[in-house]
Amino acid sequence: MASATQAVEAEVGAELVGRSPGQLMWRRFRRDRVGVISGCVVLLFFLLGLFAPLIAKLYGKDPYTRYGQVRPGLLNEFGYPIKPNGGIDGEFWFGLEPGTGRDVFTELLYGIRTSLLIALAVTVLATLTAIVLGVAAGFLGGRWDFFISRLIDLLMAFPQQLFFVAFLPIIATLFVDPREETPTWVKVVSIVVVLWALGWMTLGRILRGTALSLREREFVEAARVSGASSWRIIRKELLPNVVSPMLVQSTYMLPNFVTTAAALSFLGVGITEPTPDWGRMFSTAAEVYHSDITYMFFPGVSMVIFVVAFNLLGDAVRDAFDPKTVG
Amino acid sequence: MLRFLLRRSLGAVVILLVISAVTFFLFYAIPRNPALLACGKGVCTDDQLAVVEHNLGIDEPIPVQYWHYMVGIFAGRDFPAGHCPAPCLGFSFRDNRPVLDTILDRLPTTVSLTIGGALVFLVLGLGFGMLAAWRRGSLLDRVVSSASLVLSSMQIYFLGPLALAVLVYGDHQIFPQPEYVPFTEQPLDWLKGLLLPWLVLATIFTANYTRMARATLIEQLHEDHVRTARAKGMSRATVFFRYAWRGSLIPIVTIFGVDLGSLFGGAMITEFTFTLPGLGRLAVESVTQSNLPMLMGVMLFAALMIVLFNIIVDACYALIDPRVRLA
Repeated sequence: MASATQAVEAEVGAELVGRSPGQLMWRRFRRDRVGVISGCVVLLFFLLGLFAPLIAKLYGKDPYTRYGQVRPGLLNEFGYPIKPNGGIDGEFWFGLEPGTGRDVFTELLYGIRTSLLIALAVTVLATLTAIVLGVAAGFLGGRWDFFISRLIDLLMAFPQQLFFVAFLPIIATLFVDPREETPTWVKVVSIVVVLWALGWMTLGRILRGTALSLREREFVEAARVSGASSWRIIRKELLPNVVSPMLVQSTYMLPNFVTTAAALSFLGVGITEPTPDWGRMFSTAAEVYHSDITYMFFPGVSMVIFVVAFNLLGDAVRDAFDPKTVG
Repeated sequence: MLRFLLRRSLGAVVILLVISAVTFFLFYAIPRNPALLACGKGVCTDDQLAVVEHNLGIDEPIPVQYWHYMVGIFAGRDFPAGHCPAPCLGFSFRDNRPVLDTILDRLPTTVSLTIGGALVFLVLGLGFGMLAAWRRGSLLDRVVSSASLVLSSMQIYFLGPLALAVLVYGDHQIFPQPEYVPFTEQPLDWLKGLLLPWLVLATIFTANYTRMARATLIEQLHEDHVRTARAKGMSRATVFFRYAWRGSLIPIVTIFGVDLGSLFGGAMITEFTFTLPGLGRLAVESVTQSNLPMLMGVMLFAALMIVLFNIIVDACYALIDPRVRLA
């Protein structure tokens, strides 16, 4: 932000000022109205997840208490909300969950929190892996390049969804005996591990290509001639140049991880009861839609908004980095 | 062409061998005891455990087990519970029959779902994409573009139950209840039962193909050779269909091959949502039952499909683009 105001001041002063690529990117991004709006929407979702406990406290409900079962007059004898539209009223803003009678609003807040936590962890891990392996393959070349590229080819040939579904329980056995119930943190860690394992290759391949072409550029050659070590070249010459493909690709990656993790919970192999999770709400919704269709709207519509906003943000970030792209 | 196919098939066999080895290792070496996993979340007595261990053949070292598995694929294999003829992908102890038999039982559902769905999304997606590119900037283009943006952010686990709730179990039943009836028995019921799954599966793909077709067509229309053709007086329609269209086929064929390959390995979420007995559902069932041999078989089969379609895509390049030589 500070750099942007500096840039504006420079413009007023009407003198020539050098701007870093980051400043240029930020200036272009700010002019993109759709990009800014979708960026705000994305930010809102992250804030909702981050402050879920605070919001829940102000709102006065929590996602675990079974209000409908504790208090009479909320659910009918079949476990469905008595009031129309899934039991929406001034007290339960998004209604009640059929069967358990939990508050849908806080459930969704905490669900978004869980999902974003998982997706964020996977994105960070996958990006780091892609940087290390991609840059190593591109810069070191030779045998390293061969092995890392073959690894990428191999992992790309794996049937993704099947891999996730099949390996979740197996990763879980690393932590707990299969005969015992799996604690929630083990499930979260297993989901992060399987998504990470098959999540880094696309970016890794892009970064390999970038590093490969950068290696032959004059400034890298100049650095090498002036006696810079490989480590210094990677740190000072290569890494600053892979920031833009990295940023663009991770913006596309994160919503994908959110929806994939949600799919796992929907299939019943990801996060399970009673932990609130965005994806788990879809599996509940699929059981109750015969009698209560309202329930599925809140997780469904919020997820569509989230993914649309994130994809638009990704396009805006890409355009901001590369002014040549035509839409 | 023949040499190309031969070379690629050899490469495919290598990839499949590595995938099978990796999967086998992960399945049978990472869990502290795979037999425990096969026992499930119940209590398994030590005697039962020993039986399971012997049946799975895991009382031997892992490389020996893998060797037996590989021999089984080419020569068939005998298990304590029965004979498994070549190609033996393993033996399921849950239902006491070779894994391949079950896979072949489930395959027609997945194939029907994939072919019907692919037909719908290919025609609609390319059609809408061409319309939008042809009338770029018009109202039609804007409507198609925004609709495809939102729909491509939809998830089958939201759209599927929603469609079921509104179109099948709603006040007016518009679509027949989804079910799988073999084509050979009742072609009309086959069509009726799969209609909704096709449309739901195709909706999200259609949106993606529309966006892709539009983007590549617009890119192609900016190419120099297209401008030259226009400049020398060729009509817009001729240029559009003869030049731009053909150039935009390559990226589309690539994605289509990848999509088909992964769909033939089982459209997991669609099959799960509509309770269709296909390969994807088989995989989910095997995970919940901890049926490792079955999972291993499904995994290999899905990987085979992916690799196979990669080869088909590469062969198709030569047909579309005369510059590509297969050698």
